Amino acid sequence: MENLIALLVAAPLVGAALLLCGGKRLDRTGAWIGSLFAVASFAVAAVLFADMLGKSAEDRAVHQHLFSWIPVGGFQADVGFQLDQLSMTFVLLITGVGSLIHIYSIGYMEHDERRRRFFGYLNLFLAAMLLLVLADNYLLLYVGWEGVGLASYLLIGFWQHKPSAATAAKKAFLVNRVGDVGLSIAIMLMFTTFGTFAFGPVLAATGDTSEGKLTAIGLMLLLAACGKSAQVPLQSWLGDAMEGPTPVSALIHAATMVTAGVYLITRSGAIFNAAPDAQTAVVAVGAVTLLFGAIVGCAKDDIKKALAGSTMSQIGYMILAAGLGPIGYAFAIMHLVTHGFFKAGLFLGAGSVMHGMNDEVDMRHYGGLRKYMPVTFVTFGLGYLAIIGFPGLSGFFSKDKIIEAAFAKGGTEGWILGGAALLGAAITAFYMTRVMLMTFFGEKRWAETPGAAAPGQQVQHPHESPKVMTIPMIVLAVGSVFAGALFSVNEAFVTWLEPVTSFAHGHSPLSATAITASTIVVLLIGVGLAWQMYGRKPVPAVAPRGSLLTRAARRDLLQDDFNHIVLVRGGEHLTRTLVYLDHSVVDGAVNGTAASMGGLSGRLRQLQSGFVRSYAVQMLGGAAVLVAATLLMRGV
Amino acid sequence: MSSVASVHSLWTVAAELPGKIPAPRIEYGQLSPTLIVLGAAVVGVLIEALLPRRSRYYAQLLVSVVALAAAFAAVIGLAAGGFGSSKAGIAAMGAIAVDGPALFLQGTILLVSLVAVFTFAERRLDPAAHGNRVDSFAAQAAAVPGGEAEQAAVKAGFTTTEVFPIVLFAIGGMLVFPAANDLLTLFIALEVFSLPLYILCAVARRQRLLSQESAMKYFLLGAFSSAFLLFGIALLYGYAGTVTYAGIAEVIADGAKQIDPALAGTMGNDALLLIGAALVLMGLLFKVGAVPFHMWTPDVYQGAPTPVTGFMAAATKVAAFGALLRLLYVVLPGMRWDWRPVMWGVAIVTMLGGAIVAITQTDIKRLLAYSSIAHAGFILAGVIATSEDGISSVLFYLAAYSFVTLGAFAVVTLVRDAGGEATHLSKWAGLGRRSPLVAAVFAVFLLAFAGIPLTSGFAGKFAVFKAAAQSGAGWLVVVGVISSAIAAFFYIRVIVLMFFSEPKAEGPTVAVPSPLTTMAIAVGVVVTLALGLAPQYFLDLAGQAGVFVR
Repeated sequence: MENLIALLVAAPLVGAALLLCGGKRLDRTGAWIGSLFAVASFAVAAVLFADMLGKSAEDRAVHQHLFSWIPVGGFQADVGFQLDQLSMTFVLLITGVGSLIHIYSIGYMEHDERRRRFFGYLNLFLAAMLLLVLADNYLLLYVGWEGVGLASYLLIGFWQHKPSAATAAKKAFLVNRVGDVGLSIAIMLMFTTFGTFAFGPVLAATGDTSEGKLTAIGLMLLLAACGKSAQVPLQSWLGDAMEGPTPVSALIHAATMVTAGVYLITRSGAIFNAAPDAQTAVVAVGAVTLLFGAIVGCAKDDIKKALAGSTMSQIGYMILAAGLGPIGYAFAIMHLVTHGFFKAGLFLGAGSVMHGMNDEVDMRHYGGLRKYMPVTFVTFGLGYLAIIGFPGLSGFFSKDKIIEAAFAKGGTEGWILGGAALLGAAITAFYMTRVMLMTFFGEKRWAETPGAAAPGQQVQHPHESPKVMTIPMIVLAVGSVFAGALFSVNEAFVTWLEPVTSFAHGHSPLSATAITASTIVVLLIGVGLAWQMYGRKPVPAVAPRGSLLTRAARRDLLQDDFNHIVLVRGGEHLTRTLVYLDHSVVDGAVNGTAASMGGLSGRLRQLQSGFVRSYAVQMLGGAAVLVAATLLMRGV
Repeated sequence: MSSVASVHSLWTVAAELPGKIPAPRIEYGQLSPTLIVLGAAVVGVLIEALLPRRSRYYAQLLVSVVALAAAFAAVIGLAAGGFGSSKAGIAAMGAIAVDGPALFLQGTILLVSLVAVFTFAERRLDPAAHGNRVDSFAAQAAAVPGGEAEQAAVKAGFTTTEVFPIVLFAIGGMLVFPAANDLLTLFIALEVFSLPLYILCAVARRQRLLSQESAMKYFLLGAFSSAFLLFGIALLYGYAGTVTYAGIAEVIADGAKQIDPALAGTMGNDALLLIGAALVLMGLLFKVGAVPFHMWTPDVYQGAPTPVTGFMAAATKVAAFGALLRLLYVVLPGMRWDWRPVMWGVAIVTMLGGAIVAITQTDIKRLLAYSSIAHAGFILAGVIATSEDGISSVLFYLAAYSFVTLGAFAVVTLVRDAGGEATHLSKWAGLGRRSPLVAAVFAVFLLAFAGIPLTSGFAGKFAVFKAAAQSGAGWLVVVGVISSAIAAFFYIRVIVLMFFSEPKAEGPTVAVPSPLTTMAIAVGVVVTLALGLAPQYFLDLAGQAGVFVR
């Protein structure tokens, strides 16, 4: 059965090769071919999952060794896959949500001339992402890591005719490079420390390794995770990444790729468990990002950017949970899966709204759409309830557990983390309610006839999306509603993951009931506040100036300004200095050497006078030197 | 011992000798490569004497090619018969060694000479004079340049077909040179191949004064260095009481066992050994063109007829380095702590001197001359290693370098203008636009000279530097690499000149050669690429040949 694992990766890879090399003759069928390969991969995943469930918990992890990749002396790199409960969870999420989004894209990209290429890139992404979670060593994981980075770059810039999209793609690529460097350094450190980079030996050897080295590896892994998962301080690319087509935002920049950092940290749990300082850094990053993203999400009028802020914030929760150690890993992954459902659903809903509104993204030009798009409204609404943690829905179960685990961290730290998580939950409720109200409720702020349209506003005829789009949304909405409850029955999910991630019950200073009650209270506060601001009063079609914080949040809390001043300006100065040094010092040395060689050559040339007598004298002198030197060597 | 007594002992020894001189035993089979070539040279002289002028060219070419091919076959036969390894020994009463390095070098010299003879026989590059095809050599070398006799000779369609037997004599000497097993044979072989070369340098058809001047310089300086060599031989004889390599080596290692009464005052005197060894080394360093004994090289390379230059640059270097190797590895290993530092110094100044002075050269032949000096330095680095790797790397380098050199000079003969070969570099500008193939081939040779990977030059340089580094001469390798970098500049500059400069309006034309030169160039390219792409086979071959018999 384990021989099927390679097929998981191979199917979308073949699809990508077919679509990208197939040429124009596949233009018409490309979308279906791409979807077919995604669904095929999901089918294989389902078979493997059924097989895995049939085994006892200890025997569930299987390996498939494909071939020896780089065998060079002491450096052994293999291509091999490891399918255990953790990777299985990801495989199901990736292929499942991936298939749904492929199908959705058939409708969404229907009118795009380059959709064959789009599906080729999507398949390429699936293959790379599956490679990332299936690899049995860090080097192969790195290949997948770079592969999803490439696919992400290609898809963000898919509408490359828009300068903003091209710039956003480049920005995402560059920021991700910073994280990638972290991962490559971590892998090098692993090789020098453990002599290998296979998961098994590396994670088993953490007990015998000095904490300093493990902390260094852990921090580098965290840097990698920050880049890929858009965590502070490498979060700036995610908002701009919304320039990509909406299905891409749903699949890559909400449900799967951006969670790769959480996977990396969870997979490397043994390293972090043995390096408390690195763990502290992880929870700090998570806590800061969950508030950062939430605040940004409150101020955005662009529906996708508001959701992007929310993604950042939710991944912050996951990173926070992953940093808590064995009391949090399972909940991080659980929230990751439920988030995969509801955030993908929300994005698809946003895409559906845009599809019906001529690609309008400004929520101030929406309003009252629930009558025009009932299916979208319901599915989006369910996703909304799930993300804010409405009791009984997915987000409620998974987020509640993370908040509880944060308090269980203990001491002042526990109170700070728990408080931040609770505050985040309140803000989540606020900004999501704001999105919901501005989009589906209130007065319509768009015009159906040209006469009524404000300057710069399009004429709209909102309509519901076709079935090929709504069905995936419905499926995801079902997942958003039930997944959390399903996972929490008898702690099913925690038990499932325990053999891989290990699990410990946290002991929170507050009782579980108290925490649940307080989450519901902050939820109500957030929703109420949003209702007060956006439900009871009409929403202005042009954004008011807002407070200092609002204005800063609209500019992503000045992150780009910070980067520009510190990194871009600094980089420019550094470059100028280096160019100057290159011109004056390096070139000077090089040209100086060349000139002095030329001068020397010209001078030595003079010895070649053409007179045989002078040649003979030189030979005589040479002979004398030769004899003298030989005698000197002996000391005669 | 009084002088009277010593004279008496000489007399008594002499009186006893006649009965004791055994009939010399000559192993004709083992000496056959040399004998074939020298025999063919004699036949060539007879051809000059007996055959009519018209048929001499073809007869000479036939004899030369057949003789060289037969001699090469004899070398292969000897090697296959085990004379390179298990049956290696001393032939001709101790005068000639037949062993792996000797056979390898002889094979290389014969192959290079065969290809060189093709370029000697080329008759299509110059326009026909008075209806007669002409080669690179003067119609009548003895005629005064520009005089009436010369014009008459040109009109009569004379050609100097004597070059073929002359070059065969030279080749015969070169075959003996690396195999010589005593100092006198060494000296005689040196003269046997040097004297024909002096003549060959003097017989250029174009620019005859330059050619004669170069021959004169070469002769004078060659004679000068021969004198040093001979003096060194005398001193070594005084030290060891013998001129055989093995005998001298034995005295160096164990001291003199039997004091020859006539040499009682000098034998075992280390000063004689050191000075004698230094002077013999100097004679050989002159032949390989090492700084500071290199001054003849640019002038002679420039003045000699280009086919001769190619032959000289390739074959002489092989023979001379072969002799140097044998001298250092068989005769002087016992005093390597004395000569190694000195030779390090020679290698360093040779590498740097050749590379640096080449930078400012404007004539392609002089440029290649300085390049050959730099390469002599690189080869010296391998020679000094005093290890089996050192021997095999030098053998490989010599084989690789000689074909590149021969090919490069063959290309030089093709680029011509009204005055004959256009050797000034400025005329080569834009050659790549006009004759892409010729320029590309020349670029391959230049890249091989520069030691760029995938050419034989890289493999050779890597091998000698590796051997040098392993012998502890790390600094020598550093200097070698720096010199290579300097040298790369002027090689690449020619490539840039050929491909990236605007061609000149009155630039040279590229002559269409006969199949002879084409073949010579093709062999050069093939060997250069073959030794660059798959060096290991040839390195192994050189490695198997890498043990000197003592």
